[in-house]
Amino acid sequence: MLDDFLVRAALAGIGVALAAAPLGCFVVWRRMAYFGDATAHAAILGVALSLLLSTSIFAGVLAVALLMATLVSLLGGRGYAMDTLLGVMAHSALAFGLVAVSFLSGVRIDLMAYLFGDILAVGKGDLVLIGAGALLVLALVGWRWSALLTATLDTDLARASGVDPRREQLVLTLSLAVVVAVALKVVGVLLIAALLIIPAATARPFSRTPETMALLAAAIGAASTTGGLQAAYWLDTPTGPTIVSLAAILFALSSLVGHWRPLRPEG
Amino acid sequence: MRLLSIDDLHVALGGRIVLEGIDLHIDRGEIVTLIGPNGSGKSTLLRTIIGAVRPAHGRLARQPGLTIGYVPQRLAIDATLPMPVARFLSLPRRRPAHAVHQALARAGVPDLEDRQMAVLSGGQFQRILLARALLEKPDLLLLDEATQGLDHRGTADFYRQIEAVRRELGCAVLMVSHELHVVMRAADRVVCLNGRICCQGALERVVTSPAYRALFGPDTGDALAFYRHDHGRHEHDHPAGTPVPPASDAAHLETTS
Repeated sequence: MLDDFLVRAALAGIGVALAAAPLGCFVVWRRMAYFGDATAHAAILGVALSLLLSTSIFAGVLAVALLMATLVSLLGGRGYAMDTLLGVMAHSALAFGLVAVSFLSGVRIDLMAYLFGDILAVGKGDLVLIGAGALLVLALVGWRWSALLTATLDTDLARASGVDPRREQLVLTLSLAVVVAVALKVVGVLLIAALLIIPAATARPFSRTPETMALLAAAIGAASTTGGLQAAYWLDTPTGPTIVSLAAILFALSSLVGHWRPLRPEG
Repeated sequence: MRLLSIDDLHVALGGRIVLEGIDLHIDRGEIVTLIGPNGSGKSTLLRTIIGAVRPAHGRLARQPGLTIGYVPQRLAIDATLPMPVARFLSLPRRRPAHAVHQALARAGVPDLEDRQMAVLSGGQFQRILLARALLEKPDLLLLDEATQGLDHRGTADFYRQIEAVRRELGCAVLMVSHELHVVMRAADRVVCLNGRICCQGALERVVTSPAYRALFGPDTGDALAFYRHDHGRHEHDHPAGTPVPPASDAAHLETTS
């Protein structure tokens, strides 16, 4: 069954969607939408570095993404607003990455492949990597769930309850770095941020608790990837963008429903 | 029993000294009100006590195992975060349903468990925050301008609730206010803060002190009258067996500067 490239692609997509869903919810709740972009852009620097140092692309991307996550956590709350910090990091990481790529004489790397990913080229080794990464992230987020939620509500409130908001922020950013690193090959740099945010935003009008929102986002993300794969196959369109387009259509439908049937204040 | 001892505390934020030379002690069961104009460092002092701000100098000793219930000045819950009241009260620790029910009743907002936090009125929201703090079974309850946005009646109700809570739980209360006329009638001690502690003692002594008048202007007569009127009534509806505030704290008035 795993010999079928479509089955492998679907499994990889579902794995990424499941791990991205709860993280995406936190990204939306904490207004960190830029974080996906920033880490994803930094991933290009990781690709360049791993080619320069002849290490595996996954290792290079993971290292740079983790470095960025740590830097953002350390610098956060030191006088710069989070979006400013992320904007600086995102664009400088991308610029350094492109400069580094230009030093690679003789090597032609297909930047498009990293920007948009190639889910149809997922091998069995990649599947193992994605599965392990997704399980790690889900376990981490599940373990810290209540503390993460408390820190998201208010840092002082968390502090008074014995939750260290900086530690939770680090847990979140490290998890995001892992997801970006494992998802790079599947959906590509530009579409990771979309897969984080769109399913979470789509789930919002139908959710009354944070938990249902995360579960719904996971279901919507998984449906978008499998549906997008099918659609791309039938329509002969590029897979990554088709997946995100489908997610965007679901978001539009959800907003319409949410608009006509807003959550009632009572009950 | 001493819950909290602060000695010669200095706090700097962004290179600016916000608090200097603060000495403050809080004992079990007392109600202390912290007043001061905007920017006088009241919230910073509370945030230092909960550990969100690190002091630059000085000593802050909590009784070992001290649990703090914190009611922040305001809490903005992002509209994208669905959060029913019962779930909010179970963060970060799961609380049994009956405990949540009881805390809501004690805070004066019974049966709101299933309501979304986003649709609560200002008064309900503050009481939910109080209920959450009560679930911690606090030894020390910290309230940061908890009555902001409430009208006179709402404020009076809220303070009555705090008094009842103090009676039932026997916890100490440290509350912050920037207006004297909302100072709680049951306050055992008033501490007047403006970067440093200007004066402290029983309310009537503080309002008549020169340091207080220098800070808030001469227009304090009304507030005092308001206070006296309430204070008289307060003596009546207080049942017997109320923890008696330590007299020594209220008896003397320190005036620095």
